[in-house]
Parts: sequence; structure tokens; C-alpha cells
Amino acid sequence: MTNNLYFLTSLRFILLVLVQVLVFNKLNFLGFINPMVYLLFLYWYPIKQRRAIFILISFLLGLTIDIFSDTVAFHAAATVTLAYLRPTIMRFVFGVNYEFQSFKLSNTTKAQQITFLALLIIGHHTIFFLLEIFSLDHLLLLLKKIVFTSTGSILICLLFTSLFSVDKE
Amino acid sequence: MQQIINFILRNKTTLFFVFLLTVSLSLSIQSHSYHRSRFFNSSNWLVGNVYNTQTKVSSYFKLKEVNENLLQENTRLRTLLFNSSETDTNTAIDTTFQYRVIPGQVIKNSYALRNNYITINKGKAEGIQQDMGVITSKGVLGIVEHTTNKFASVQSILNTKSNINAKIKNTNNFGSLKWDANRYDVVQLEDIPRMVPLLIGDTIVTGAMSSIFPENIPIGTIKKFNLNASESFYSIDVGLFNDMTNLNKIYIINNTFGSEIRELEEKITNDQ
Repeated sequence: MTNNLYFLTSLRFILLVLVQVLVFNKLNFLGFINPMVYLLFLYWYPIKQRRAIFILISFLLGLTIDIFSDTVAFHAAATVTLAYLRPTIMRFVFGVNYEFQSFKLSNTTKAQQITFLALLIIGHHTIFFLLEIFSLDHLLLLLKKIVFTSTGSILICLLFTSLFSVDKE
Repeated sequence: MQQIINFILRNKTTLFFVFLLTVSLSLSIQSHSYHRSRFFNSSNWLVGNVYNTQTKVSSYFKLKEVNENLLQENTRLRTLLFNSSETDTNTAIDTTFQYRVIPGQVIKNSYALRNNYITINKGKAEGIQQDMGVITSKGVLGIVEHTTNKFASVQSILNTKSNINAKIKNTNNFGSLKWDANRYDVVQLEDIPRMVPLLIGDTIVTGAMSSIFPENIPIGTIKKFNLNASESFYSIDVGLFNDMTNLNKIYIINNTFGSEIRELEEKITNDQ
């Protein structure tokens, strides 16, 4: 069972990186919208695992994406922050019952799942574009990028979650 | 002591997170003022090979278009050659030429960020070094920033750190070419004095003050101009000739006098 988990996590890591850098980084819809599907890693990662390892893997995931897309460490900073904040977001969305042993993401309502995903993505994109643009002179550009890219990411991630349902795990 | 250890044990996840965040933030902030670290860019071995494999497959779908472009460029160059005094089309490339040209291919391109970099499939093995110019058949593309054995990453002109010497064609009014990160088909030419007569549609080319590019390589045309805040210089919007969203074959220019010129310039700055 644990072996299976390691295998699944590494496979997910590699596939999400490849899909992100080879497909979605080249999308440039309307000239600037590149949805970030690799955030599904944070969405799918099992809850009952050790937090430090989860944070470390998320950092490495962000850094890998950074190296591929020449963005220094913007993805790494944003992803590691969201990995750290994930339990807080989950408590906010699912209430206290996410701490029970029997809790499963697939047992929650659709609305809760979408809220969880949307909060992850919006938080991540806000930090990412703040770092990337790094000046308040371009406030309008910043807002434009956050709003449109977040919308794109949420839509594509929802498609992916319905394609690869977590029920089978 | 006991309390300190207890505190660390209690907050080890938070401390670990703060440590990782500090690492990534210091890398990010450093990049705004210095050249990026050698390792964290897409010209390294693994990343270069992933992009190279992808390009090998996807380039087949563009063969027709690429051939068409090459033929057009060849036609233009042949016409120029036949009408010049040098009529021998088989002239050997002289080793004393100031500029050497190396062909290459773009394997990764981005234009939606503020600091965009392009990765190409030529590196140290082919003699590519930092600060060589990169152009396409239509115009200027950028400057080589990092090289590995087989790959190089190029600072695109769509990069807020980019600064290229440019002038208005057939005049000697120089300015510097920058990018304000708003549109991927428009860059800005600064520091042209207000007494220079300008017209919309004028061509902008590279200037002679650069040790990287030869003079008169096309960049784009004037789209819009107005005076800047101090009212003594123009700020000009330049529409690029290059389609930055669709890059394929490129040329890398090696100015063999470049290192000598830079050495000389460095000496002057050191003396001051």
C-alpha cells in the first residue's frame, strides 16, 4: 500500500511537470494565460502523510517548474507557501471533520471541492505574480494576470479532476 | 536550553517552511539585480534535452513554413549579391571577417512573463559564449546569457532587463531599446532627443555603439511616440518585425572584436 503511494506520487510529479512545461506553458491563450495544472499535485496529495515531506516535495515541484520555465524560484516560493497553508485551507473549507480518520476528498460535496481548489489556485497565483512582477507600478497588469490566469487554471484543473477521479484510490 | 529544543521540535514544520521560503525568496530577489545563478535556468542538460526532444517532433509540422522563409531570405540575399561588385557566389568565408554567423534553432520560447528567456540548441561546443547577439531573418531577438555544452539561454528583447543600442535608420540618433512588459509585439525606444524629426512608420535598426550586434540589423517600425516626463526626450513605441510568438531558425552572431572592445571599455570604467 505504501509502495503504491510512493509510486503514484512520483508518477504524478513527473507527469504533471511534463504536462505543465510541454503543453500548458506554451498555451499563451489571449497572449498571456498559461494555466498552472501542476497545482493539482497539492490538491491530490494524501492528507494523512507527514507535513514536512509534503512541504519539501512541493518545494521541489515548484523548483522543477521554475528551472523549465526560467522563472528563478517564483513557482517554488508560491507552491511551498500553499503547501504549508493547505491544512488551514482544508479546515476552512471542510470544517473540523477533515481531521477524522475516515475523511476522504471524494466524500465531500462538489462545492467544497471546487472551493478548496479555487483557494489553492488563487493563493498560489497571487504570490506567484506578486514575485514575478515585483513592483506596484504595474498594479493593473498584476490584477489582470491574477484574475485571468486563476480563472483559466481553475477551469482546466476542474476538467482534470473529473477526468482522473480520486475514487479509485 | 530545554525550552529552546522544545520550541524547535514543536514548530519544526513551520521552521522548515520558513527555511524553504527564505531560500526561494532570496533566489527570486537576487535575480532582480544580478545575473541569475548558473544552475537554475533552462539551458542545463536535463531541461535542454527534454525541450530538444519535443522540438525534434514538433519541428516536422513547421517544415513547409520554415523552408518558405529560408527561400525568401535567400532570394533577398542573392539579389543583393548579384547587384554588388562581388559577383562570385562561391566566395569562401574569410577567417579575418569581423562577424561570424552560427545557425541554430529555438527549442523553448516564452513571452507572457516579465523576464522572458529563450533556449537554443547550440552551446559551448559550437563556440557560443555569453554576450553574443541572436537574430532571426526578420530582426533582433536577444543576447546569449548562459551557455552549457549543448545549449544556451538567450535573454529575449521581451525582458525588462534587456537594453540594446538602437537608432533610427539612416540617421545617427541613438537610443536604448527597453521593454515595459505590456505587449509582446511592442518594445520601447528611449532617450531620442526631442529635436529629432520623427514619423510614424520610420524603421528602427541596431546602432553602431554595440559590441554585440553589427550596425543596421532591423528591429521594427515606429508605432507611436510622445515626449517623456522631462519633455526633452521622446519615448517611442516600436512595433517589432519579428513575430515573437512564432520563432524557429535563428542566427547567432559572434563579433570577434567584441571581447577586445569590452576589455577596453572596462579599462576606462576602472580608471575613472
